[in-house]
Amino acid sequence: MGELLHIILFYSFAAVLLGAALGVILSRNPVHGVMFLVLAFFQSAMLWMLAEAEFLAIVLVLVYVGAVMVLFLFVVMMLDINVESVRKGFARYAPLGVGVALLMAFELAQLIWLRSSGVVGSGSFAETAEGYSNTKALGSVLYTEYVYAFEIAAVILLLAIVAAITLTMRKRPGLKVQDIGKQVSVRSKDRLRVVKMDAESKE
Amino acid sequence: MIGLQHYLLISALLFVLSIAGIILNRRNLILMLMCIELMLLAVNFNFIAFSRYLGDETGQVFVFFILTVAAAEAAIGLAILVVLFRNRRSINVQELNEMKG
Amino acid sequence: MLNYYLTIVLAPLAAAVIAGLFGKQIGRAGAHWLTILAVGLSCALSIFVLKEMFWGDAASENISLYTWAVTDGLRMEVGFLVDRLTALMMVVVTFVSLMVHVYTIGYMHDDPGYQRFFSYISLFTFAMLMLVMSNNFLQLFFGWEAVGLVSYLLIGFWFKRETAIFANLKAFLVNRVGDFGFILGIAGVVMFTGSLDYATVFDGADRIAAETISIVPDSPWNAITVICILLFIGAMGKSAQAPLHVWLPDSMEGPTPISALIHAATMVTAGIFMVARMSPLFELSETALAVVMTIGAITAFFMGLLGIVQNDIKRVVAYSTLSQLGYMTVALGASAYSAAIFHLMTHAFFKALLFLAAGSVIIAMHHEQDIRKMGGLKKYMPITYWTALIGSLALIGFPGSSGFFSKDLLIEAVKDSHWHGQGAVYWIAYLSVLLGVFVTALYSFRMFFLVFHGKERMDAETKSHLHESPHVVTVPLILLAIPSAVIGWFTAGPVLFEGYFQDAIFVTEGHDVLAHIGATFWHGSLALVLHIYASPAFWLALGGFLTAWYLYLHRPEIPAKIQSALSGIYGLLERKYYFDDLYIKGFAAWGRGVGTFLWKRGDQQVIDGWLVNGTAQSIGKLAGIMRQLQTGYLYTYAFAMIIGVTMLLSWLIWFR
Repeated sequence: MGELLHIILFYSFAAVLLGAALGVILSRNPVHGVMFLVLAFFQSAMLWMLAEAEFLAIVLVLVYVGAVMVLFLFVVMMLDINVESVRKGFARYAPLGVGVALLMAFELAQLIWLRSSGVVGSGSFAETAEGYSNTKALGSVLYTEYVYAFEIAAVILLLAIVAAITLTMRKRPGLKVQDIGKQVSVRSKDRLRVVKMDAESKE
Repeated sequence: MIGLQHYLLISALLFVLSIAGIILNRRNLILMLMCIELMLLAVNFNFIAFSRYLGDETGQVFVFFILTVAAAEAAIGLAILVVLFRNRRSINVQELNEMKG
Repeated sequence: MLNYYLTIVLAPLAAAVIAGLFGKQIGRAGAHWLTILAVGLSCALSIFVLKEMFWGDAASENISLYTWAVTDGLRMEVGFLVDRLTALMMVVVTFVSLMVHVYTIGYMHDDPGYQRFFSYISLFTFAMLMLVMSNNFLQLFFGWEAVGLVSYLLIGFWFKRETAIFANLKAFLVNRVGDFGFILGIAGVVMFTGSLDYATVFDGADRIAAETISIVPDSPWNAITVICILLFIGAMGKSAQAPLHVWLPDSMEGPTPISALIHAATMVTAGIFMVARMSPLFELSETALAVVMTIGAITAFFMGLLGIVQNDIKRVVAYSTLSQLGYMTVALGASAYSAAIFHLMTHAFFKALLFLAAGSVIIAMHHEQDIRKMGGLKKYMPITYWTALIGSLALIGFPGSSGFFSKDLLIEAVKDSHWHGQGAVYWIAYLSVLLGVFVTALYSFRMFFLVFHGKERMDAETKSHLHESPHVVTVPLILLAIPSAVIGWFTAGPVLFEGYFQDAIFVTEGHDVLAHIGATFWHGSLALVLHIYASPAFWLALGGFLTAWYLYLHRPEIPAKIQSALSGIYGLLERKYYFDDLYIKGFAAWGRGVGTFLWKRGDQQVIDGWLVNGTAQSIGKLAGIMRQLQTGYLYTYAFAMIIGVTMLLSWLIWFR
């Protein structure tokens, strides 16, 4: 174990990550796209693990892959997407996409390698102390300094739930459902009509 | 030794790829959403890299929040998508130009 | 006394407001009773004030009632200056106004705008009283404009007549020219004295006289001369002096009571009153007095000539008014302010009388105003005939009538004003007023004979309906005829020579022609009447009368011959010296041209076309281009964001 393994792991994870990302943007079938995305998240989690951000790596897998990506999958599979119509014009825009991407890549690379070389120094990560727990360290910051932000984040999640339900909920006419409130509050006169009639006379 | 620059480069490539994805899949709303997820992932990479480089957990706290907000965004975005599809039987962005001036 | 003054001013205003706004509720009778009572109250109190002044030795009062505004040390106040000049004017205004109110009941009795008419004439009375009772320039200007406004409303009273609308617009515009000068004069006064108050200004008059003003660069003019001439331009507009006289004959489009009240007896004399009031200023500038005198002389003679060729009964009287106003102005120029005011007073009575008599004739003739279609009315309307005769005699200065005293003494004063030095001015003025007497007699009796004597030239239909006017018409005639006939006897002496006006009118030592006449010429009213044979004016008037008699009664065919023989002069008179043509085709057309140009090019093309609509259109076009960017497609916005990020990044890397 040591440096070499670390380097090999990093590059292999990175290669798979980029490949998966490429797969996401090039996949014809959205289901495949989601699968590639899941793969990309997994690889990211691995890379974060390598960077000793274990808590976030686990959270990414659990929350993102476990919940958000499953949600994506549900939606993609639920919707009957006409793949051909949404793929139209893909080739036409390929040069533009590739061009912009290359330009930005070049610029970002320049930013990282050239501009930062003198400033950043060696670029190696900070050493962690013996018995360092990423989760504990994160928690001690999250629940003290950022406790309000944390609460707000919780509220945002609640908001998302409410919003999502409100958006997707619909009343379908003609659906036979029970309304218990109505059933309980019913009165006899709503259901029963007493008709008074004179007795029939004999001719 | 693997360090800051490596992570930043990965982040940059991921970001560039997601931008290319948005341009290429400009008709497909669901792929656009996925590309945005990828973009946020790239941002998270940056945060984690710098957090580790500086030995300060604050960056990771931000990643935590970004994940939270991204989850919320994905939930609402997908909900909108579902409603949209229900109404128009399509997620083709080409047909969505009610905002045209 | 203050309560009296307030009542005098406010009673007509209140009546005007009520009659104007609630005319329907109070009805026709309510309107005329209300306004007549209000004006009657004013008149009674005015006479009381005059009595207190004249016999009761009440001092003149200068009261500031209310400070309207103070800006930069300039106080704008409402106040009354009631001295003997004011008191006289108040009586004249309210008395004539009262007579006209009563007369109006008869003249307008079947007009649909009955209440409106009463409201207007009451409002006029208020405005005129504000004008004469003012103690500062601002209130003077208020009254000045207010009477102008009411005059405008009343000339156009029959607003469905095209000619009436034209006439009232003309009156308004011509008065604007005069008012422009007037307000510049007031501005000059404020500039040099920093006050609008009469007393302060008159105290500072000497200071103004020491100043110069350079309107044209490098030619300093005496400030007081400039101010006085500017003020006099205002008076020229209001008192219809040449060349701003053109509106007055046209104003005869209004109902006859108005012609009598506003355009003969009171409003047009506002200019005369104003100059008399400003005597402490005018006295300091002989140049201004010479201008006043020349303008007055020209008006007096040449406007009188026009009266000879007019055929509309009211226009004859209108030109006679112009001519008489010219007389008053000449007297002002001769520093005989008292004579001017005296003539103003007598003229107010006999000219109102003549107008009302003309109105009575017009009623009888069913609104026919052409004197060529009248004649022989004497036997049908005796009261009108006799009162009109008294009025005409007063106008031409028949010995003993009020006009005789005022005009004869006025001419005497002009004759005596040698101090003017400028020979030309003196002789123009003197000859004009003298020859004017002949002209006055000629046109007055031309009209009188054509209307009341000679052949009956009206059509049978009209003739069958001829009868004397009702009492509401004839009573005012009689009431006006009395002062016209006799008032001169006992007022000429006190007003002109015995210092009635005291300090209300200021005349410098060397200019005081009336004092000179009083010392050398005046020996009482009776003596003046008995010495008429020495007065050239009397012989000229007699000559005019005889000429009129000869031409229009004895040999009625001669005038037509003269007309064809002197067609050139006749044409000139017929076209009123081409003043109207000059103004309408010259100034008015030019003004309209400029206006049309500014409207079409300036307003419609530049402002509306380029600035307003142009801005909107160019923004619209720009927006039309910009909205092409808003495709509504999601990816367009995504692209925009991506391109933005790319550019930001490029800038960060390469250009920063």
